[in-house]
Amino acid sequence: MRDVYIIGVGTTKFGELWDKSLRDLATEAGLKAITDAGIYSEDVNALYGANTSAGQFIDQEHIASLIADAAGLSELGIPSIRIEAGSASGGAALHEAYLAVASGKYDTVVVGGVEKMTDVPPEEANKIVGGSLDAEWETFFGVTEASLAAMIAKRLEYEGKMKREDYAHIPVVSHKHGSMNETSHFRNSIKLEDVLKASYVAQPLTIFDCAPLSDGASAIVISSNRQLINSSENPVKIVSSEISTDYLSLHDRTSIYSLNAFKRSSKKALESAKISKEKVDILELHDSYSIIGLLQLMELYGEKEAMNLVRNEELYWDKSRPTNTSGGLKAHGNPLGATGIYQAVEATLQLRGKAGQRQVKGAKYVLLHNMGGIGATSVSTVLGVE
Amino acid sequence: MSDVPRFWRESNHRYRLVGTKCNNCGSTFFPPRDVCPKCRRESIGKMEELEFSGYGEVYSYTVVHDGLEPFKFQLPYILAMIKTDEGPLVTGQIVDADPSEVKIGSRVRVTLRRIREEGKTGIIQYGYKFILEK
Ligand SMILES: [Zn+2]
Repeated sequence: MRDVYIIGVGTTKFGELWDKSLRDLATEAGLKAITDAGIYSEDVNALYGANTSAGQFIDQEHIASLIADAAGLSELGIPSIRIEAGSASGGAALHEAYLAVASGKYDTVVVGGVEKMTDVPPEEANKIVGGSLDAEWETFFGVTEASLAAMIAKRLEYEGKMKREDYAHIPVVSHKHGSMNETSHFRNSIKLEDVLKASYVAQPLTIFDCAPLSDGASAIVISSNRQLINSSENPVKIVSSEISTDYLSLHDRTSIYSLNAFKRSSKKALESAKISKEKVDILELHDSYSIIGLLQLMELYGEKEAMNLVRNEELYWDKSRPTNTSGGLKAHGNPLGATGIYQAVEATLQLRGKAGQRQVKGAKYVLLHNMGGIGATSVSTVLGVE
Repeated sequence: MSDVPRFWRESNHRYRLVGTKCNNCGSTFFPPRDVCPKCRRESIGKMEELEFSGYGEVYSYTVVHDGLEPFKFQLPYILAMIKTDEGPLVTGQIVDADPSEVKIGSRVRVTLRRIREEGKTGIIQYGYKFILEK
């Protein structure tokens, strides 16, 4: 396997972008990424596109060909492939593209993610988001992603493992970071009381516990071409990338609050990166729901340590365990297919030392976690600079 | 989307809470499975149907305020994960109860109810819900 580097990144703003279509968004992100890499379309050997549900959101399938066309690549006729893994599509596309370049099949690949979610009414969008769950044994009976997250939270509180305030802290941190990121869906800071007092989505979770429906696209250029790597500013190495899966339905899992796919993928990713979790300077976690964000910290650090991190407010960019410096899914936004790719954009900015106000000083390693549904797919990626 | 064959296929399991049992290791499953995830290949030909008693207790629950399109007229509704007496967890609604009456550990039993109406076809779909044992 060859070494693979991220040599360019690009993203649109995330949010309710009513004046932009899916193809506008994908093209904007892709062109920003190749411009950032200092390359031309002719240097690109293949395109990997992550998209979760364009067929349902905008009646458009065959996204791979569409985005290649929209980006002006039709005359070049390069391979373009869509990857779908629910809300882990971005991480899965990055994984597949990484393998294709590491194997030697392609030298330089653009990996993009895009979702256009606000063209349909919110209740329709919720139904489409629920497509990552089990249609026959969960959503058929009225299950939503938020309701599963809520039942996990309720059970954990019942077992005395945490208090409501503990997971309500996660969106507070994300909003603080999101306020410092100009591409965020939300740029306001919020307080713990705001989370507790907002209207319910699924008790005990309120709208502030849940990531929004967003439009957006992000793209990265990855390469093993020495010349392109050397001529790019601050290349970032893809140190490892691992995927794991779990039972699709939450009720089938060994425990409803063990994120087994994340446990396995993160353990393998750190092992293949040959680093301990203490070496990770920044975490970009999949905080689609506050409680799910906290569960990931529990899987990584154990129950006690995770609670200490939250209760001592150690997750901010200038503290000991910077987490979701981008603003996370909660504040930066969650355009499903783009989400996992944006995590890599944020990590690259941090590792280049170009994250502005929210820069984590001297960051060398970032662990990304992109999750499908409530953990049936988990992609863990380690990015780093030596 | 016409869901007629799709929902007819699962109706037996949804009406009577019929799962499966692996006769290789003895594990019980609901919903039904074709392959036992513990025995995998060893379970081929050894999976048989098992009708659940329909009794269990609330393992966790929530009140849904922001729901899916087909359920918007039922909001807010109580959704729960039920630990069946046979072991497996089942997810479904609790009906005929006020949220304040539901607790983790409450005993419940299954009941057959209308789940939702399919948008364009207008077909009414039935399946299991749960009621509190008083
Ligand atoms: Zn078995």
